[in-house]
Amino acid sequence: MATEYFNEMYEGGAVRAPYARLEDWMRSMPAELRQMKQAEAEDLFRRIGITFAVYGEGGDPDRLIPFDMFPRVFAQDEWRKLERGIKQRARALNAFLVDVYGRGEIVKAGKIPSRLVYRNEAYEKAVSGFVPPRGVFSHIVGIDIVRTGPGDFFVLEDNCRTPSGVSYMLENREIMMRMFPALFQNNRIEPVDNYSDLLRRTLASVAPAKCDRDPTIVILTPGHFNSAYYEHSFLADLMGVELVEGADLFVENGFVWMRTTEGPKKVDVIYRRIDDSYLDPLCFRPDSMLGVPGLMDVYRSGGVTICSAPGAGVADDKAVYTFVPDMVRFYLGEEPILNNVPTWQCGKTDDLKYVQANLKDLVVKEVHGSGGYGMLVGPKSTQEQIEYFAGRIAADPDNYIAQPTLALSTVPTFVEEGVAPRHVDLRPYCLVGERIELVPGGLTRVALKDGSLVVNSSQGGGVKDTWVLAE
Amino acid sequence: MILTVSHISTYSYDAPVRGAVQSLRMTPSVCDGQRAIRWSIEVVGGTRGASFRDGAGDWVEGWSLRGPVSEITVKVTGEVATTDMAGVLRGHRETVPPEAYLRETGPTRADSGLMTLAQEAAAGATDALDRAHRIAAAINEAIAYRPGSTDQFGTAAEALALGEGVCQDHAHALIACARFLDMPARYVSGYLHAGAEGTPNEASHAWAEVWIDRLGWVGFDASNATCPDARYIRLGSGFDAQDAAPIRGVAHGRVAEALDVTVAVEAVQQ
Amino acid sequence: MLSRTADNLFWIARYMERAETMARLLEVGARIALLPSAGHGYRSEWDSLLQASGTAAGFAKKYGDPVQRNIESYLFFDHDNSSSVAYCISRARENARIVRTALTTQVWDALNTAFQEMRQLERTPRSQLELSRLTEWTMRHAAMVRGAIDATLLRNDGWDFLGLGYKLERADNTARLMDVKYYVLLPRADYVGSGLDNYQWTTLLRAMSSHRAFHWAYGGDITAGKIAHFLILNPQCPRSLITAIEGATGHLDRLAKAYHTTTEAQSRSRALLGELSEMTVDDIFEEGLHEYLGRFIGDVGEVSHLVGEIYLSGVAR
Repeated sequence: MATEYFNEMYEGGAVRAPYARLEDWMRSMPAELRQMKQAEAEDLFRRIGITFAVYGEGGDPDRLIPFDMFPRVFAQDEWRKLERGIKQRARALNAFLVDVYGRGEIVKAGKIPSRLVYRNEAYEKAVSGFVPPRGVFSHIVGIDIVRTGPGDFFVLEDNCRTPSGVSYMLENREIMMRMFPALFQNNRIEPVDNYSDLLRRTLASVAPAKCDRDPTIVILTPGHFNSAYYEHSFLADLMGVELVEGADLFVENGFVWMRTTEGPKKVDVIYRRIDDSYLDPLCFRPDSMLGVPGLMDVYRSGGVTICSAPGAGVADDKAVYTFVPDMVRFYLGEEPILNNVPTWQCGKTDDLKYVQANLKDLVVKEVHGSGGYGMLVGPKSTQEQIEYFAGRIAADPDNYIAQPTLALSTVPTFVEEGVAPRHVDLRPYCLVGERIELVPGGLTRVALKDGSLVVNSSQGGGVKDTWVLAE
Repeated sequence: MILTVSHISTYSYDAPVRGAVQSLRMTPSVCDGQRAIRWSIEVVGGTRGASFRDGAGDWVEGWSLRGPVSEITVKVTGEVATTDMAGVLRGHRETVPPEAYLRETGPTRADSGLMTLAQEAAAGATDALDRAHRIAAAINEAIAYRPGSTDQFGTAAEALALGEGVCQDHAHALIACARFLDMPARYVSGYLHAGAEGTPNEASHAWAEVWIDRLGWVGFDASNATCPDARYIRLGSGFDAQDAAPIRGVAHGRVAEALDVTVAVEAVQQ
Repeated sequence: MLSRTADNLFWIARYMERAETMARLLEVGARIALLPSAGHGYRSEWDSLLQASGTAAGFAKKYGDPVQRNIESYLFFDHDNSSSVAYCISRARENARIVRTALTTQVWDALNTAFQEMRQLERTPRSQLELSRLTEWTMRHAAMVRGAIDATLLRNDGWDFLGLGYKLERADNTARLMDVKYYVLLPRADYVGSGLDNYQWTTLLRAMSSHRAFHWAYGGDITAGKIAHFLILNPQCPRSLITAIEGATGHLDRLAKAYHTTTEAQSRSRALLGELSEMTVDDIFEEGLHEYLGRFIGDVGEVSHLVGEIYLSGVAR
């Protein structure tokens, strides 16, 4: 491939400043030591129990997500810019949600087609007219960012529902600090371990008005068969809150109660890690066994706060994504700090024509897909795969968007032969409650296969520790 | 007109259930043309929980009941003063934009039969209102009213193919056709006073509303080839019958459920 | 504590105890099988073992005739058998995974290691696995889990639910083992007091790792009376009914105190302990050992049921 990729460590022959101290570290590690360290890291992960299940595959149900020890580093000024951009975006997304479930000014102003909002499957009629505490719908906003040059950052997608992976951000750091304490003495790296405190504070700050004491917070999980169960229990433990399943909760007297060995205990804030459609069989899917019957009635009458709010998904739809920069301008009166990746919507006739003619150069995604499934990476696909996808797009154009193949930046990564550049992205986790908080760091995902641009863990991606250097 | 309502639903279980939770949408809408003089809802032995007015303007009450019980009774009684608004919903506060009601659902999916019916009925219509009237009339003709001909899970397409159905099927078919023609439409549940003329119909009734620019939501009862008038009491709305159901509930326990309903809507002498 | 968490803890303990009992039972079977066949071969000892573990029907359906190798597979490895060692250990570990954060690293490690090693055993050719190695392996891991619990876990309500699980399961298992000895293992009533009878008792004691303790405590010949006293009424015997019930009552008392409320489970358990404390071997034999054990198993079941109702189900009252 002729494309030039931005290497975050080397510029020409020189080492870029943030990575200055890593060069020696890398050289000081012969292959045997590296392998020993790698084995040690894996052992730590397995002992702690950080594993994830891959959907639709057989094999080891307790697979480890591959961890690469070579950190990804941001300089303080790089991070400041990212931070402002991320917070700005999180504010705009929440303003959008309050608006579309309220007066719908942005639609009336013609800034976004009403069809994309109100006919969207993620638009929940059931919460129309309701403003959650502090006007926050999306309390944890995960924004996927890619980099193509020194100052060029693009948002790939927004995750307003329940972005996962934050446990890796925390554990990756923990493991790096245990294995390479000297690195942390030589580099001044901003800590990320206050994330759980900030999360707890964020959740507490959105307790319903009816709650007149220290709010009881719980995490609602679909259960221990879920691939992210480890993360759910990890976060519950760090915050010191109960990890509940739907059957542990019940509704009575206009409140939600948790079944405990000492009798019912009132619950004020639910950080849910299950989808809207499973939350309440009385309101959504009647066949849901994961949810809590009557929960939505309590929510709507202000007896409990659900994080993220039901209906928040309408803001992170891949078709709505195109309009996020307009949201920033419309609600905040600011220019967006972070840009979108140019996106073609197959639902638009002109865009569809372009996409169909240029499939081999584009990345095509399903509007409602996630996790790298239902996705075509044109330049990496065979003619057969492209034709198959062209057929799917033609059958349901509204369900697809396309983006140019981005020249994702690379970071040195330990591979079989030593160290080699591999493509990365970044998912920071922005917390929105009484305040907007962002810990300096995030989850760096890395495509471990040579030349691959797909970083999803379900598709052979790994993770790295992400550093922000203090000034 | 003054209508009295007595609506008693009894759920019986073949074994006691550990408890139950219900969400009830059984209070007359606040709108011009109907006013509740008295109204009461009770789940016998239950506890009233959360209550609120939702974005579609419906009053929702949550109830819960601790078991074990083998029978759950929901009693609704009241008296409502009504006037004929020619089907037009006025003075009704809601925040859900009409466009949200263009979304297709399983029972309201338009198949080729419904599409054809919609297109043929709409041909030559002078405006949106006229179009809606024509579709309602065509459905009344195409689907004969026959109690028991379809079940609660049936779809509009199935009823049309069968050529018969109940008010739920008429409403679903009307919604499917309207949405197919890009007219927002929704399902409405309520009561109908059948009257002395003896319209062969259920007192617990359902019809459809179609969004007409400048008029707003307008009700169409394709079962009776009319628009709702003073004989109708409106309770709530939704995308389809399930979404607009007056009673939604879950009983805890693996049991078989039987439902017995008696509804009486009477006109009171003034 | 969440009722479901308490339930998971309770079952971790029950499954671990059950796995251990199953291993002990397998050992009994293996030793008895070393004897020349008793009776006239009309019923093999292995069949008795299946009867004892309550798994005969399931086994017959899957394998037919009781052959030693198949029985070992069924009782140790078979995940279709909800009493097999492998099944119990995976269930214990799965319950632990669900409440991972309510356990210490050491307890999790012990359970997870048992599970991981079990998976290795499952991949090992059976010809390389001696039964004695399997039973010893099971007892060693059961001991490691119990040790980790005792050494590292906070003495909070979670610890009590684990303890309750262990004690109630043990009370039930010991009673069943004894009952089996008398009414299943021995082919005919006229064998009572015979050499076979005594050999079986010794084997049973051995399986409970108690034969030395027994001899130290009682000396002389093994008699039914001594055994009944040892396994039912002797508070020094770690697996005796009275020891198990004493332990369960202690946990229930602690829970009642911590939650500021007395429960029916507590009073039932206390009543059971009271009866055991005042009982004599003569009383037991007067009632009939089998009858007494049957009643006791029912009583323990009732306490377990009440614990479930009151603490583990989370049904609001």
